[in-house]
Amino acid sequence: MGYPHKSHPQETPVLSKHFGDPAARTLEGWKARGGYTALAQALTMAPTAIQDVVKASGLRGRGGAGFPTGLKWSFMKLEDGKPHYLCCNADESEPGTFKDREIMRWTPHALIEGVAIGAYAIGAETAYIYIRGEFSEPIRVMEAALAEARAAGVIGPNAMGSGKRIDIWVHKGAGAYICGEETALMNSIEGKRGNPRIKPPFPAVSGLFGQPTTINNVETLTAVPHILNNGAEWYKGMCLSSPKSTGSKLFSVCGNVAKPGNYEVVLGFPFKDFLYDLCGGPPAGRKFKAIIPGGSSVPVITIEEAEQVRMDYEGFLEVGTMLGSGGVIIFDDAQSMPRQLARLARFYAHESCAQCTQCREGTAWMTRILERIVAGQGTFEDLDTIFDLSESMTGKTICVLSDSCAAPVVSGIKKFRGEFEALITGRRSSTVAVGV
Amino acid sequence: MSHGPSAPAHGHGHGGDAAPYVPVFTEGSARRRELADLITRYPSKRAALLPALWMVQQDRGWISEDAMREIGEQLDCTAAYVKGVVTFYTMYHQHPVGRHFIQVCTTSPCLCAGADDVVKAFLEHTGCKELGLTSPDGKYTVIEVECLGACGFATPVQINEDYVECVTPEKVPGILAALGD
Repeated sequence: MGYPHKSHPQETPVLSKHFGDPAARTLEGWKARGGYTALAQALTMAPTAIQDVVKASGLRGRGGAGFPTGLKWSFMKLEDGKPHYLCCNADESEPGTFKDREIMRWTPHALIEGVAIGAYAIGAETAYIYIRGEFSEPIRVMEAALAEARAAGVIGPNAMGSGKRIDIWVHKGAGAYICGEETALMNSIEGKRGNPRIKPPFPAVSGLFGQPTTINNVETLTAVPHILNNGAEWYKGMCLSSPKSTGSKLFSVCGNVAKPGNYEVVLGFPFKDFLYDLCGGPPAGRKFKAIIPGGSSVPVITIEEAEQVRMDYEGFLEVGTMLGSGGVIIFDDAQSMPRQLARLARFYAHESCAQCTQCREGTAWMTRILERIVAGQGTFEDLDTIFDLSESMTGKTICVLSDSCAAPVVSGIKKFRGEFEALITGRRSSTVAVGV
Repeated sequence: MSHGPSAPAHGHGHGGDAAPYVPVFTEGSARRRELADLITRYPSKRAALLPALWMVQQDRGWISEDAMREIGEQLDCTAAYVKGVVTFYTMYHQHPVGRHFIQVCTTSPCLCAGADDVVKAFLEHTGCKELGLTSPDGKYTVIEVECLGACGFATPVQINEDYVECVTPEKVPGILAALGD
């Protein structure tokens, strides 16, 4: 539901049903809303049986990559005699994305239940919820809920009387976008600088503390109890377009839009209806111009492209972008795309961990060029340099941070070249109504 | 992930005439027990490093080189190692900051909503001459910060621990007044 707005009739509130309701935050309140029945059931099942249900549901990772969750869990060798770990990625730092924050603020026990089930399903006795350091309020809410769950024996050495140990701890980050990258997150928990690791080895072989590890996003894990409660078929049935994209998904909507907020719809929902009906269209007197639909790291699309899209993994791919984290950033016709993209590039330059040359130099160079263009001192060669640069920034580094900088910038120049040329030649651009 | 404040304006850093460092994790202290308890959550002592740094910052407001040495001794790593970690993460202060540390999000979604004007309003009403410099009364430090993850509530501003959402330039004087001293 579109917290802070009232739920729209076309939304399907599964994860967001209790957003805005403080009574859902307590253990008692959560149990009264059907909480922890899925965990109780899970603890009577074989871990592989849980993996199978999640596989059959079609649930895919909600953090950005869209990897099938059940399949990821099945990479963990259950009888290898090693300690296993589950990491819950709550480092939500992707510009445009603010859904995990609401899940943790309003329904902390929903996440705890999902984490506990996930841990059990991969043979882990310990799980860490890595929350970005800026999220003081979600951290307080999660810590309080975890203390309650521990005191009640829901988690701990004998979770729900099952004889199984499931410890869950919050690990607070300290300001670093890159720690949302899975191996950087593991380094950060280990008390290291948050540099991504070279893969392979993949986390399921050697992850946190060198042991087999699975890492899942907050929203992904929060969906799991619903799947166990209602069955894989129910989840799979929530599908409006591609059968490869199932379930409901939270979309965070921000930028130039009448009603920013979180909205939960079934995958495959028409983006046009979403933008104009649920989100209320553009601000008064303005028109939508461009959208980055999956968090800032995915290519920009024009409003004309957006209006044709079905909101699922495949639908966004068809127009050359990605569903990503579901962070929808909207720019209206008063915004200068060169200025916005220069600011985004600056974000990536600031957040580069600086391990790889292509990223450290590329993000900073790209930022300097874009800022020069915005200042009216760019040349046409600058645009070619950006395209050349983007090739060395894509697919050549340890992680995808530099790719994520290049994607919106390159697509933005291709689709709004007129605005860049206008700044270079000093003429007015036809696609900016007001602004720079 | 802040654009960390620059070096202190008026030498209230770790000067030669500074008082001797008082350890945080002294034998028998609550912080020592808290750290020992934290270490049990991890198979490696070093994993308690980020939490230990947070404790020091909470108690002292910033993390000095002496504090880095003390934490290193507690967790069996060198002061240089601790410094390497401190400098990676933008939220750890390597020198004192104002009592109210104000971080205005200016990443693209907030830029659309006019975050630039919010930054200007904070600079104007706090008396901070520029980003990263503490006001002469030691009360405020204002910086720009990268995405706070509250883009639907543009412009979010983090003041010490807490977020203030949907900030506009007009709201700034009221927000500052509510902070008190």
